[in-house]
Amino acid sequence: MKFFISWPVHPPVKPIKMNQFLTFVQKEFYHIFRDRWTTIILLLLPVVMLILFGFMMTTEVKNTRVAIFDPSRDIATQGIINKFTTSEYFIVEGYIDHPREIEALFRKGRIGLVLVFSERFHENWMHTGEAQVQLIADGSDPNTASTLTMYATQLINAYRQESLDLPQTPLQLTPEIKLLYNPTLKGSYNFVPGVMGMILMLICAMMTSVSIAREKETGTMEVLLVSPMKSIQIIIAKVVPYFFISVINLTTVLVLSVFVLGMPVNGSLGLLIFISLIYIFVSLALGLLISSAVDRQMVALLISAMVLMLPVIMLSGMMFPVENLPGVLRWMSHVIPAKWYMIAVKKIMIEGLGFEAVAREFVILCSMAVLLITASVKRFKYRLE
Amino acid sequence: MIKYLIEKEFKQFFRNTFLPKVVVALPFFAVLIFPLVANFDVGHINLSIVDNDKSPYSAQLIQKVASSGYFSITDVSAGYAAALKSIENNTADAILEIPGRMEATLVREGTAKVLISANTVNGMKGGLGSAYLSSIVADFNAHIRSELMQVKSGRAVPALNIVPMYKFNPRLVYKVYMIPAIMIMILAVVGGFLPALNIVSEKESGTIEQMNVTPVSKFQFIVAKLIPYWVAGFVVLTISFLAAWVFYGLLPVGSFVTLYFFTSLFILAISGFGLVISNYAATIQQAIFMIFFFIITFIFMSGLYTPVASMPLWAQQLSIISPLKYIIMVFRLVYLKGSTLPDLAVPFAALSGFAVFFNGWAILSYRKKN
Repeated sequence: MKFFISWPVHPPVKPIKMNQFLTFVQKEFYHIFRDRWTTIILLLLPVVMLILFGFMMTTEVKNTRVAIFDPSRDIATQGIINKFTTSEYFIVEGYIDHPREIEALFRKGRIGLVLVFSERFHENWMHTGEAQVQLIADGSDPNTASTLTMYATQLINAYRQESLDLPQTPLQLTPEIKLLYNPTLKGSYNFVPGVMGMILMLICAMMTSVSIAREKETGTMEVLLVSPMKSIQIIIAKVVPYFFISVINLTTVLVLSVFVLGMPVNGSLGLLIFISLIYIFVSLALGLLISSAVDRQMVALLISAMVLMLPVIMLSGMMFPVENLPGVLRWMSHVIPAKWYMIAVKKIMIEGLGFEAVAREFVILCSMAVLLITASVKRFKYRLE
Repeated sequence: MIKYLIEKEFKQFFRNTFLPKVVVALPFFAVLIFPLVANFDVGHINLSIVDNDKSPYSAQLIQKVASSGYFSITDVSAGYAAALKSIENNTADAILEIPGRMEATLVREGTAKVLISANTVNGMKGGLGSAYLSSIVADFNAHIRSELMQVKSGRAVPALNIVPMYKFNPRLVYKVYMIPAIMIMILAVVGGFLPALNIVSEKESGTIEQMNVTPVSKFQFIVAKLIPYWVAGFVVLTISFLAAWVFYGLLPVGSFVTLYFFTSLFILAISGFGLVISNYAATIQQAIFMIFFFIITFIFMSGLYTPVASMPLWAQQLSIISPLKYIIMVFRLVYLKGSTLPDLAVPFAALSGFAVFFNGWAILSYRKKN
């Protein structure tokens, strides 16, 4: 770390001040790197989290177990059941003997859907047209349930189309569907930007939130306060090393999301990095504000980890679409930096848009950075109580 | 002796002005606010329409889309490029483009096309939106076909009557599914974070050495540490139950006794885990990073947000080590289906196993010597 002191200071206007500042930065580096375990954790955590969550978070529905009640056992029911057997969405678990068993079956939580055919299915279908198939889904998870019935309805309709072998219908109006940006409907495109935002935000805020509170707790704050440094300098010196670690983390996060999770970078990489750096600065500044507002490390960490984690997950739009939020909460979501970062990342990485498209997010994140740094300088008490 | 130890722990807990507030405020606000947020519904899909035809048919089709209830038409653009712009600005989620002379081509040549483009960055929303749109187009198509063709084909197309039914949650209310899980999330956060900081903060402040020179056994030491969190967990749970009932009128189909019973096991497990971390960590910072990592991983593995069945196989297998998976399963089953103890044998065995394992580990890993 010697090189920090011997760095040539280029505009030698106030050389002494600049040296002091660098010494402070160096001191902060010592604080971090002398605790080897914390450093390792700080660098490994984003890697593990991004890989785990990137693969885990998906709402695609596959391999649901299906039970069947079929009193008819004719070619039509068999045909429909075959459709289910060959579909990747369903696994046919077996037949049940009576609809009464359904309730007990669901209570065990293994079966997701039960097909109940009416009697004399094929015969009725061909003659009276009154064949019925009930799709009884476990509605406890509404999303899965409605997706399942949608898939099942599609399969049954497909069977009907094939078996009737309808002649080419006249007057055909065909919809031609184009899926923009994500034609294979990968869940990761939606979730990975959110996971990136969450990881960077929480780790940055947690790192810096300890910094000032620890000095207060261990009593070294007094030493800082008698130094000729201004509070803004003390605060900036605290940010520098954490910014350095965050840049390493950003690199690993970006590399992993592209090469392991298969995210595209359709827009400019430079712009992506630039906006990420601003976001990191916002997160670090938020941690500093927490740190200067409380007196104890434990409280600072609990606020930055526990209290911050919940709104970042719930309100940023990472899990739940922001447009579904009721009025007041939508306003609350505007103050969450992760939300804006996520929007910008999606625009740059997936939609491949340029700076114009993310100008709004850029301005918001910059103002947040300025606001938070100013607030933490103000909160930073220059006197001991 | 254990009585005094427990008294000490409670005093330490209440001396900290922040902790008691968290225990009361967190479950209250979380249960009040998060169910409003937890909403995957693809409610309104914003649609941009490009009508190059401007015929009676295209007007009818647009009318049909507008009245379907799934879409709100945000703008009628002059061309595809303008519509794409509104997708880029996030003001529209999908585009319906009706090509010029659609009606004329359809009548004269018997086939025509309409173009649907959907923003699928959010795959679920884009996929559903385009599916809804194409089914509306198909409906419209059937309608004009029967209008235009007076002579019907001889044989009626036999329809299949498909009736979807949803057990336990017939109106598919998402809140009912999420609230029990949110309770567990808060419980895990409180019951995991606080113990993880406990022993290590005694290490940092130096009071652990005083503990080490007393004749207190490891077992007593850990038990005394656990009990305040156990009590705090019950407070959190009771506040959550009350909030769910008062704000959302949600009461379990099954019994509260089952829920409290399983919770008591779960808090022991997760707090034991917190204490293990606290034993190994040298600084508060290390402890909080470790517990943060594990709690958030447990939460995402548990099926709280995204169903475990959707995960890749390795992740499903990994998810058996998340205690949250079992307790969330229990809460949802009891709240929605009224399951009783015999139905819940597997989670019971798993949670008891976790409780014994983590607390055993916490006792063994606590060293009275440095």
